[in-house]
Amino acid sequence: MKPLSQLRIDFMGRRNLAFIVSALMLIISIGAIIFQQLNLGLDFTGGTLVEVRYGAVPSLDAIRQLLEDSGFQDVSVQTFGASTEILIRIQQAFDADVGNDVVSLLRANGDSVNLVRAEFVGAQVGDQLRDQSGLGLLVALGVVMLYVAFRFQYKFALGALLALLHDVIIVVGVFALFKLEFDLTVLAAILAVIGYSLNDTIVVYDRIRETIRTSRIDDMPQIFNEAINATLSRTLATSGTTVLVLLALLLLGGDMIENFAIALLIGIVVGTFSSIYISGALLIPLKLSREDLIPTKKETDEEEEELP
Amino acid sequence: MLNRYPLWKYLLILVVLVVGLIYSLPNLFPADPAIQVSDAQGDSLDERQISRVEEALIDSDIGIKAIEETNGQWLIRLQSDDDQLDARDIAADVLGSDATVALNLADATPGWLQAFSASPMTLGLDLRGGVHFLLEVDMDAALTQRLEVNASAMRELLRGERIRYRNTTIDERSLSISFGSAEDRDTARRLISRDFPNFEYSNEGDGRASNLVMTLSDQTVNEIQDYAINQNLTTLRNRVNELGVAEPMVQRQGPSQIVVELPGVQDTVAAKRIVGATANLEFRLEARNDTPDTETERLEFRNDPTRSAELMRDVIITGDSVSSASNSFDENGRPQVNINLDGTGGTLMNRATRTNIGRNMAVLFIEHKSEDRVEIDPETGEETIIREPYVERGLISLATIQSALGNSFRITGLDSPTEAAELALLLRSGSLAAPIYFVQERTIGPSLGAENIERGLLSVQIGLLLVVLFMLVRYKVFGVFANIALALNLTLLVAVMSMLGATLTLPGIAGIVLTLGMAVDANVLIFERIREELRNGMSIQQAIHAGYERAFTSIVDANITTLLVAVILFSIGTGPVKGFAVTLSIGILTSMFTALLVTRAMVNLTYGSKPVKKLWI
Repeated sequence: MKPLSQLRIDFMGRRNLAFIVSALMLIISIGAIIFQQLNLGLDFTGGTLVEVRYGAVPSLDAIRQLLEDSGFQDVSVQTFGASTEILIRIQQAFDADVGNDVVSLLRANGDSVNLVRAEFVGAQVGDQLRDQSGLGLLVALGVVMLYVAFRFQYKFALGALLALLHDVIIVVGVFALFKLEFDLTVLAAILAVIGYSLNDTIVVYDRIRETIRTSRIDDMPQIFNEAINATLSRTLATSGTTVLVLLALLLLGGDMIENFAIALLIGIVVGTFSSIYISGALLIPLKLSREDLIPTKKETDEEEEELP
Repeated sequence: MLNRYPLWKYLLILVVLVVGLIYSLPNLFPADPAIQVSDAQGDSLDERQISRVEEALIDSDIGIKAIEETNGQWLIRLQSDDDQLDARDIAADVLGSDATVALNLADATPGWLQAFSASPMTLGLDLRGGVHFLLEVDMDAALTQRLEVNASAMRELLRGERIRYRNTTIDERSLSISFGSAEDRDTARRLISRDFPNFEYSNEGDGRASNLVMTLSDQTVNEIQDYAINQNLTTLRNRVNELGVAEPMVQRQGPSQIVVELPGVQDTVAAKRIVGATANLEFRLEARNDTPDTETERLEFRNDPTRSAELMRDVIITGDSVSSASNSFDENGRPQVNINLDGTGGTLMNRATRTNIGRNMAVLFIEHKSEDRVEIDPETGEETIIREPYVERGLISLATIQSALGNSFRITGLDSPTEAAELALLLRSGSLAAPIYFVQERTIGPSLGAENIERGLLSVQIGLLLVVLFMLVRYKVFGVFANIALALNLTLLVAVMSMLGATLTLPGIAGIVLTLGMAVDANVLIFERIREELRNGMSIQQAIHAGYERAFTSIVDANITTLLVAVILFSIGTGPVKGFAVTLSIGILTSMFTALLVTRAMVNLTYGSKPVKKLWI
């Protein structure tokens, strides 16, 4: 692996290509979010979800028919993991007893049916949660931006924010594109992606700041290249370990955590890409110059002298 | 000298690690499934009864681990989770109604660990199965109820002073009484405002249509709502305790919601009936023929809607005055509820019945329910669900008052022994100060819980293994340091969660897995920096030193921002998101400690202040 650290990849030279790739992904994602729409989970829409385990493999159509005949509308019946495990969703929830009604209905033909879980979410709760979650995302982005602006400089904050938005939009876009269910745990994963991608971005920024201060050249793209190359092996190592554990989680963690792991995996891959390309390269159009960092230069000199 | 820690730093790290180890250890001893047997009257149970239960359990092939007694309560620890429900039913059958049998999870922490008051993490519902309810308290109804009570008291006051009034109406936050003349109204206003200072008074209309309007002040409204929530919390706790569930949780969430979690409960129907029951009783006199219509209302019987009776609007007492209640059978074998009233309730009842011997008194059963209706907007076609609360009232008995009643009496007219038992339970645990509605419900079967634990643990193990291998291959000796730090990080994370009493959920396990992946980040940063400094020609000692120092700001900045996000997650999140945020935040803090201090200590001990020729990194 050693050669990796001696590589001198001209990242900035290819930044236009990266911008085009990102722009394409963003357009597809936004298009998917607008036209396909998110497959929002029960947490956000309200409704009823019942997961049951049959003794023998049942016929999905028969179950659907049975439920529709009994007056349930908008019923979705699908297998969940094993073929004997059935997930039933009913959008319109009139009261909290629907879950029990469904189970007794399915048991009526003498099938052996065990309730694995049942969830009922009132419509009001769903609305409330949707508002709260959107707000939470905005607050998270805002606070993080303030911190970066305080520790670095506002141009860095802007670059970090754009990179984060990029990551979040693409993860949400993939969920919209493939109609994966977007529930509370996925939201948690997206917030974790924000934290993670930011982590990466900050490490790169920290190095850019250091290189600007120590190097004598004024050519920003060259400085960025040096900084990104210096942190490249670290970025790939950390992403590598995280991707490894996420794969373990995805493959072994079970169905309830599947979408969570998918969201994080996409987020980390995109986040790694954006911390190398987007957040650094964005500083060029933002016209970051050495002067932007000079006021803080004194501070580092002191720090270095103080080393015990 | 470079790369040496003072002794106190090593000691500090050692102390932290030992403490962490002690507090994380209890998690290796999972709690035993158990049933808890106690005497219904609170006396201590006979040992012979317990041995009868033991025999019955052995007969049914249920493995018993241990039987213990503390303060008259017996705990029977079982071998397997699957037997728990059967064991409870068997024990309940053997002991009959003398004893209360409840499911429990018995702590299996060894005594020497308990001495440090170390205990394992609580498992969330998704890991052990159970029911989760989110209840919404109907605040409007709380206000209306309070206004009705006040209206009833005002009417009594006016009658006592012989002031004629016509009608009382209640509208959201205000109460208005109409009078036949402005003079009557003014006298009434003077009298009422003396006794009820919480209202804002205003006059409306004049002459024959004089109204006195009384509006609750904002502060009083807040007080009433707070009272309603707190009273409901207390009542729900009492009810949940009566259900005999191990470690139930009843908690306020937001301004008007209550979360109830019942681990291990599978029968949601029964649980919901008890938790959500809004049943209450009212005792009222039957109207006399000459009572004015404005003071009476006609109500039907609960089990026979064709019969009805004309009752006074005024309530003598409600179920809130009941201090204790139990169910039994009367001489004819019909179910009955024996009621004891508290002091004030007894006085009120005595005063009302003493002067009304020969009249009929009705017991009214009141239940708040709600119905959801879908309304479709004709223009947009959007569906909105509208919840309409309604109140069901029915007479359960109408009996002649033979003599003045005191503190204790009984009521009959109930449909079944179950109904009598539930009514007694509800009266004992108190009524809800405001009606509640279920807005969310989750039931997780025990098999899913066990599966989640198993899969979660497996993914933690595999994830850990992969990271360990990766670090070993990439950083060799330093990889060993990082791996030891990673193991200690996991120990500390579990220890801190156990100490804080945090609940471990499935997303929490995901948080642990993610933390493991990210925890090595700090070490990766440091090690890469050391390598780089070595390439730049620094001496080995200097490179180690510079690696740690220069990576420090990156590590702190990166972790603080992630921590900020985790804290926001925690504050906006509910349920699963919160569990994830907790583990993530704690994981960030512990990983900084292990990655910065612990690996440094190991590096210093190995390489510090000695001549080193080559660094295996």
